Amino acid sequence: MAKKKGIKSPYSNSLLVPSATLYMILFFVPTILSLFFSLTRWTLQSWQFIGIDNFKLYFSEENLRIGFRNTIIYAVVTSGLKVIIALYLANFLSTKLRATGFMRSVMFFPTLVSTIGVGITFSILLDPYEGVVNHGIKIVAALVGKTTDGPGWLVDPNLLPILSVAFVDVWKGVGIATLIYIAGIAAIPRDYYEASSIDGASARQQFYKVTVPLVRPAMFSVIILSFVGGLRSFDLIWAMTGGGPGFISDVVASINYKQYTSGYYGLSTAGNVILFVFVTVLVFPLSRFLNKKEVVI
Amino acid sequence: MAKNKDILKSKTKYRSIWADIIGVTATFVIFILPFYFVVVNAAKSTEDSFRLNMAWPKHWMLWHNMKKVVSDYHWHILKSTYNSFIITIFSVAALVIISGMTGFVIHRKRNRVSSVANVLVLTALVIPPAIVPTIWVLQKIHLYKTLIGMIAIEVAYGLAFAILIFRNFIATIPKEIDEAAIVDGCTGWNLYFRIIFPLLKPVTITIGIIATAGIFNDFTNPLYYLPGEDNATLQQTLFSYVSRYSTQYNYLFSDILYITAFPLLAFIFFNKRIVAGMTAGSIKG
Repeated sequence: MAKKKGIKSPYSNSLLVPSATLYMILFFVPTILSLFFSLTRWTLQSWQFIGIDNFKLYFSEENLRIGFRNTIIYAVVTSGLKVIIALYLANFLSTKLRATGFMRSVMFFPTLVSTIGVGITFSILLDPYEGVVNHGIKIVAALVGKTTDGPGWLVDPNLLPILSVAFVDVWKGVGIATLIYIAGIAAIPRDYYEASSIDGASARQQFYKVTVPLVRPAMFSVIILSFVGGLRSFDLIWAMTGGGPGFISDVVASINYKQYTSGYYGLSTAGNVILFVFVTVLVFPLSRFLNKKEVVI
Repeated sequence: MAKNKDILKSKTKYRSIWADIIGVTATFVIFILPFYFVVVNAAKSTEDSFRLNMAWPKHWMLWHNMKKVVSDYHWHILKSTYNSFIITIFSVAALVIISGMTGFVIHRKRNRVSSVANVLVLTALVIPPAIVPTIWVLQKIHLYKTLIGMIAIEVAYGLAFAILIFRNFIATIPKEIDEAAIVDGCTGWNLYFRIIFPLLKPVTITIGIIATAGIFNDFTNPLYYLPGEDNATLQQTLFSYVSRYSTQYNYLFSDILYITAFPLLAFIFFNKRIVAGMTAGSIKG
């Protein structure tokens, strides 16, 4: 061994062993197993091969199709809003203000607190009868001489519940997106701003012609991170609506959880595989597309 | 950061005090009011909190409500506080140690192993974990419903993101530093832990913060991998109290406040560092 030391790479592969072991046992192996178990009726003790019946069942049920629709809506709405709102916020917070530090910190704080706590709090705030939000709406409506009950945020029979949860998700996650943008804006060479202001560009023109194109790498991180997060999200929806009323605001992840608690392990695993394929099909092309458009500073 | 300040200076003249006033007001309404709502309702009596409004409590009962929430159900919340802390501390420690090692080797070695590893990292970042098969695997290795199993899961799921950030940061450390150490005979684990790891402090802090918040607030994974009354983490406890305190909002909000208190304290003490670290760590691929 001692003789070999001269040729051996100083970057020992053994440094990879702990993470590789965990990754293999707890992520890779289960992912491969899921492809098999999704084709079975499974009790965790024994299994019976049933072909693609789980998948057929999954696609034939109305409720499960709603889950798909909601997953897409949720991911698109949350990531879209975060990408746009955080960009403007970051631009605003990159300028010289007395309270910049305060605003950055406060905006970031929701990222650190419990999703379940946020979900419970907002589901109470958004209560259609007792909630503060609808009380506020009634007061404002009364001021302009109208009467209204306010929207049924989380109990509406249409798309409103899933959208309400998406708004809360944006509230909670916009801070971190803003910080990523702020870092991106800070990395833009100062010369571009100097050159453009010598040419007489206004602050608005600088924003659209300098900041926006050059902050793209940060924008892509925000898009990908929030889109993947949106497709997989479960806890906020579970805390706020539990997928209800009925199955109106279910997403694929919450349907999988319901199948799991009812003991349909094979079906739940099939749902997992569907989510897996779904995420892969949407995210990898998206990331390739975004990488192509990337500009070099 | 220096560049950032330069940009700031040049725009100084465009901004008036109004931008400050509007910004701070909006921040208050949008981000602080919900927290204010939680605090005042946590401090009310049960009848008072039933109205669910923003009014100041008639009697300030926060301490009383907190005591009730903590001692309720045979001090159950203390057990779940313990579980949450054990899981968070051990998994964050393990995560920053092993993902730094991995990021280092993946970045420095330019061979098949590292390109395969890069693909695996990106895959794990995107693909949702296969949950029920993971439960099955955990049962086979006798780690299902154990704190150790839960810690292993949190580390395994946190790896991809942490490795990615470490790798990008390690790219900024000149290779000459390793070479100097290698010439002196420092290789393998020594090279990493004596020379490189100390240089990673800023990014280690960033990842530590993100991972701590993520794991402490994790609800979904313990829901699947750590079921059972005695195993409950704080998030589980909070969720189950929704039905227990369904008409006693003051206790429900006290519970939320108790659980939020830990990140809040961390935030108050480390605020500057957290935001600076986050901004420094999240840049550039």
